Amino acid sequence: MTDVVFWILAPLLVICALGVVLSRNLYRAAYWLAGALVTTAVFYLALTSPLLAAVQILLYTGGVLTLVVFALVITASTDDKERWRRPMPAGVLALLVFVALASVIDRMGVAGSAQGGLADGTAIGVELFTRYIVPFELLSLLLLGAIFGALAIARREDPS
Amino acid sequence: MTLERLLFLSFVVFSIGLFGVLARRHVIALLLSLELMFNSVNLAILAVAWHNGWLEGVILVLFGIAITVAEVAVGLSLFLLAERIRGTVIVDDLSELKG
Repeated sequence: MTDVVFWILAPLLVICALGVVLSRNLYRAAYWLAGALVTTAVFYLALTSPLLAAVQILLYTGGVLTLVVFALVITASTDDKERWRRPMPAGVLALLVFVALASVIDRMGVAGSAQGGLADGTAIGVELFTRYIVPFELLSLLLLGAIFGALAIARREDPS
Repeated sequence: MTLERLLFLSFVVFSIGLFGVLARRHVIALLLSLELMFNSVNLAILAVAWHNGWLEGVILVLFGIAITVAEVAVGLSLFLLAERIRGTVIVDDLSELKG
């Protein structure tokens, strides 16, 4: 199953990614991003981590897409007519970074036999609420701070 | 589905996102490309974790996703503020800190 799944999902993910970068209309770019995030969620499912797939769809896709679409609704210009600035050097740099990253794969010397599996659900819950309880609580503080920060920044200055 | 292939895919998506961040003019297009890069990094982390059977990878990605969502909220509110004050959505027009 895994090889077939990979060769179906991988082109889909790349197409969605290109859609995000190349779309002129920003709503369309946002929906391409949603496609890319959902495809990644299916990857997580295939990588034996259904919990992460659920979080990816609920929190990441749902949250980010809602926020972005709201921002786009408020924004006047959602049609990015001249969308590029210096595309050539940017393309060259992105290509160089890709080559640098890809060359690492060869040198990495990945052991051929994968264990290929993640204990899920219960084990993650136990870890999260015992060993990682402090970061978990800090995360809730971070989210609270982000909410207050976003409210404080985006608030209109003087309503009177 | 091997680790090499997954990493290769994640690097492809990362580079596409990097190109978007560098080449687009609209602030939200930039943010969307940035999300793409975050997402590819998450995929790479989970691929390595899956290959080695590391549970910590899942928790790392979980935290990463939550932090990313917080970052998007703050980033978008900054964008709305910048748009209201400067009246532009183009990155080059927002470069205040130039000497």
